[in-house]
Amino acid sequence: MDKKEAAALKIKAAKIRIAALTAFDSLGNGHVGGSLSICDALAVLYGREMKVDPKNPGWPDRDKLVTSKGHAGPGIYGALAVEGYFPYDELKTLNKPHTHLPSHTDRNLTTGVDMTTGSLGQGTSIACGMALGDRLKGRKNRIFLIVGDGECDEGQVWEAFAFAAAKKLSNLVVLIDMNKKQLDGRTDEVMPLGSLEDKMKVFGFNTQLVNGNDVEAMAQALENTRGGGDKPYAIIMDTIKGAGVKEVEETEMNHSIPVSHEQYARWKAELEAEIAGWEALL
Amino acid sequence: MKIIYDGSMDPKQVKAVLGSVIPDMAEKDPDFIYLDADLMSCIGTLKWGKANPERAIECGIAEANMIGVACGLAASGFKPLAHSFAPFASRRVFDQVFLSAAYAKNDITILGSDPGVTAALNGGTHMPFEDVALYRSIPTAIIFDPTDNVQLEDILRQSPDLPGVKYIRVGRKDMPKIYAEGSHFKPGEAVVVREGKDCTVVASGIMLGEALKAADALAAEGIFLEVIDPVSIKPLDKETIAASLKKTGCLVVAENHNKNGALYDAVLEVVAEYCPVPAAQVAVEDEFGEVGPQKYLQERFGLTAENIAAKVKKVIARK
Repeated sequence: MDKKEAAALKIKAAKIRIAALTAFDSLGNGHVGGSLSICDALAVLYGREMKVDPKNPGWPDRDKLVTSKGHAGPGIYGALAVEGYFPYDELKTLNKPHTHLPSHTDRNLTTGVDMTTGSLGQGTSIACGMALGDRLKGRKNRIFLIVGDGECDEGQVWEAFAFAAAKKLSNLVVLIDMNKKQLDGRTDEVMPLGSLEDKMKVFGFNTQLVNGNDVEAMAQALENTRGGGDKPYAIIMDTIKGAGVKEVEETEMNHSIPVSHEQYARWKAELEAEIAGWEALL
Repeated sequence: MKIIYDGSMDPKQVKAVLGSVIPDMAEKDPDFIYLDADLMSCIGTLKWGKANPERAIECGIAEANMIGVACGLAASGFKPLAHSFAPFASRRVFDQVFLSAAYAKNDITILGSDPGVTAALNGGTHMPFEDVALYRSIPTAIIFDPTDNVQLEDILRQSPDLPGVKYIRVGRKDMPKIYAEGSHFKPGEAVVVREGKDCTVVASGIMLGEALKAADALAAEGIFLEVIDPVSIKPLDKETIAASLKKTGCLVVAENHNKNGALYDAVLEVVAEYCPVPAAQVAVEDEFGEVGPQKYLQERFGLTAENIAAKVKKVIARK
């Protein structure tokens, strides 16, 4: 990838972060940490990897994204707003009565959201069904599935991964957001799972471990999932919970936190300054 | 709709119906897809399923995942039917059915075999007396407790095209013959299987046959029951039940379920709102199942024609 494309993806990631923070600012709080940690992945997915059309969100042959860690909804909404799936100002309706943007992703409410999730673990099985179903329908698309590392405490996740390997779902790409924290603290303290990389390999996945907050590394890792074959793909994204906003990164308990207007203005200005720096490279 | 009940049992076991109808549904509709959690051989679909692995999805012993996969298949344009034993098709997968299917509007059918005492020799661990109550609490769910093989086949064949979550609970062995071949049923449309003036009996599943036996026995004593097959427990045909209660003035509800939250409670909502009458229930008390032959268990838990007749006399006395 050349420097210009990398800069463009970094700009997109920063714009998604600003959009997500715009939603949090309107509400005053939210699942900030786990929304920010996936923004680089979202920039690469929507900016480069996924075959989608914001003007035709119901296109059956599109690539689909299941965010099984549904509480990262505001991160997804940020990406969808940046991509033009709905008007940017709708971000300010997060969790308000009659909104199309509920805290957890809902395919029946939000244009561009491909599956309803929220009860952790459940999106993994649904994504397997979508991958199997689209394959049986003869579609050439792929299903991308974002799973939290804390979410991997759920047994259903492992039922789904066994199923994906058994059915040779090579049109399924699992992105595990290994931000190393969950609601009550560090994943290694709450429920140590050992090496997710080893686990995914043993479960029968083509597995990569990459810096999930590096758009160039993510772009390469996703390119490596285009090969088909007879195994599903897993990318363990080594991320920072709250990535891209230093103050949030440095907040130990940052799963769900308050966001003041003052913080929002400061964080937005920091991200805009980064964008300006990268734009100079274009 | 023709009623042919004469007290005889259907020589064809339910398992044989399931084992022939499910493959036929797959053959007739390319969008129909069947999933099982390592229990294909229990409903006679294994041979066909192994030969057709793209139409019969083997999910292994992982019911929660099976429901999620079914939901994903629905999102891809399929009409899935997922089977397991009734406890695992209800209790064990409740959150998956509630959220991944009903809430997310992924339309699927769930077949729970061996509900209540029909679990028999599998015993208390496999004997759900609570599955209907669970499904009743899911908004928009449709619940069937078929009363004979003809109804079962008709419900199975129409279920893929009904909206939302559909739950069908049925034993795998013997059922009475009640309806003539070709009879057609609709959710929310009850059938008055026998007309009578003295007491209304609403009975689902295996209890409809018991209710008809009770009706025959009581007729000899000059007591005439109006026996109603609700067809679907949810939605419930309030009009037919209310009209019957206005005529007979009393009610007995019989169900292969515990007394909490299922058919009796659904019918009592009609009673309370439209036509208060003396009422009684034939159902399992607030207790767990246990192991034994079905005949023993029906006697143990009071799910018999004799108990229905006794309850009928009590409610008539309270008129």
